[in-house]
Amino acid sequence: MNALREKARELLAAKTVQVVIGYGRGSGGSARAVFMRAPAQAAELIFDATCLQNLAVYLMKPEVRKLGKAALVATPAALRTILQLAAENQVADNSLLALAPVGEDIMPLATFAAIEAHVAAADHDLSAAEGAELGKFAAMGLEERRRFWEEQFSRCLKCYACRAACPLCYCTRCTVECNQPQWIPVPAHDLGNLEWNVMRAMHLAGRCVNCGDCSRACPVGIPLYLLNQKLISDVSSVFQARSGMAARSDNAMSTFKPNDPEDFIR
Amino acid sequence: MPDFEPKIVAFVCNWCTYAGADLTGTSRMKYSPQVSIIRFPCTGRIDFMLLLKAFASGADGIIVSGCHPNDCHYSSGNFHARRRWIIFRGLLDFLGIDVRRVQFSWYGRWGRSRATSACAAWA
Repeated sequence: MNALREKARELLAAKTVQVVIGYGRGSGGSARAVFMRAPAQAAELIFDATCLQNLAVYLMKPEVRKLGKAALVATPAALRTILQLAAENQVADNSLLALAPVGEDIMPLATFAAIEAHVAAADHDLSAAEGAELGKFAAMGLEERRRFWEEQFSRCLKCYACRAACPLCYCTRCTVECNQPQWIPVPAHDLGNLEWNVMRAMHLAGRCVNCGDCSRACPVGIPLYLLNQKLISDVSSVFQARSGMAARSDNAMSTFKPNDPEDFIR
Repeated sequence: MPDFEPKIVAFVCNWCTYAGADLTGTSRMKYSPQVSIIRFPCTGRIDFMLLLKAFASGADGIIVSGCHPNDCHYSSGNFHARRRWIIFRGLLDFLGIDVRRVQFSWYGRWGRSRATSACAAWA
């Protein structure tokens, strides 16, 4: 933690960056995002097991972009988010500094190449527990799955916190706000809940880096991560693709191979 | 349910399946009146949201049909659509929706009899 504070102080004092985006202590022992612009503020920085949020979400917010060049305390998921944003031409190389905590130390990663090397050194497969949970669903009957999701989606309020928390849901105009036609009915009602949740998952297919912020943001606890992990597993097994590994890569869903499987097409 | 008359919506590509269905009509062949055909410029334009909208509007079954691989008028629309359908089908199944309600197919312009028999098979 001291290395992190020291690094932040140094970066702000030397004006290498204009803002350091990191974690500070929030209410109830939780961590919250802090935006530090003066060296003296660096003492507020923390990094521990409560620091789960993917701070890369702020890279796409215009309010934060206005602050200037940013240094970002980046978890492995945040690093992959940066690479995915780069692949989608949303961030430029050398335009930000990722601060990756490694044990007690801090590793500054200034270029996409450095982030790629750091990311490639770790394992990003779905964990055994995540795989087992998906397997449990595969073993369920169709009707059982339908009932499970009907119950889950019935609690959805269409607050779109999952969208706001997602670093890759950055469109400035979303289908949700489109009312001619009205794709997703507006009221907090069951109608449209399936459509919204399918749309959110589908638009992240081949892009999601499995940071889990959508599920953490959901005020009614819908396990949105399951949908993402299902699509990650499908994209990986069918298209052999994984998001957020390289700054120059094609999105799985915007490319194709002539020999993609089509056994379901008559 | 012998009296069950399914409502079927067919999302079809202008360049192949629609032409096939049109030929069916001009050839005075009969196909099921329960099928409503919606013409698209390309299967690449058939967004999954349209399929969900069709279900929400009371469709029992959906046919999505376009050109054979390598026959796309825009060269790659059907390839992109195929990827989307693979993922979409997996997700529908995961959510407990019977994927047999969505029938994907490739049809050529010559496929008018196949189109008629496919519609007949649904009804």
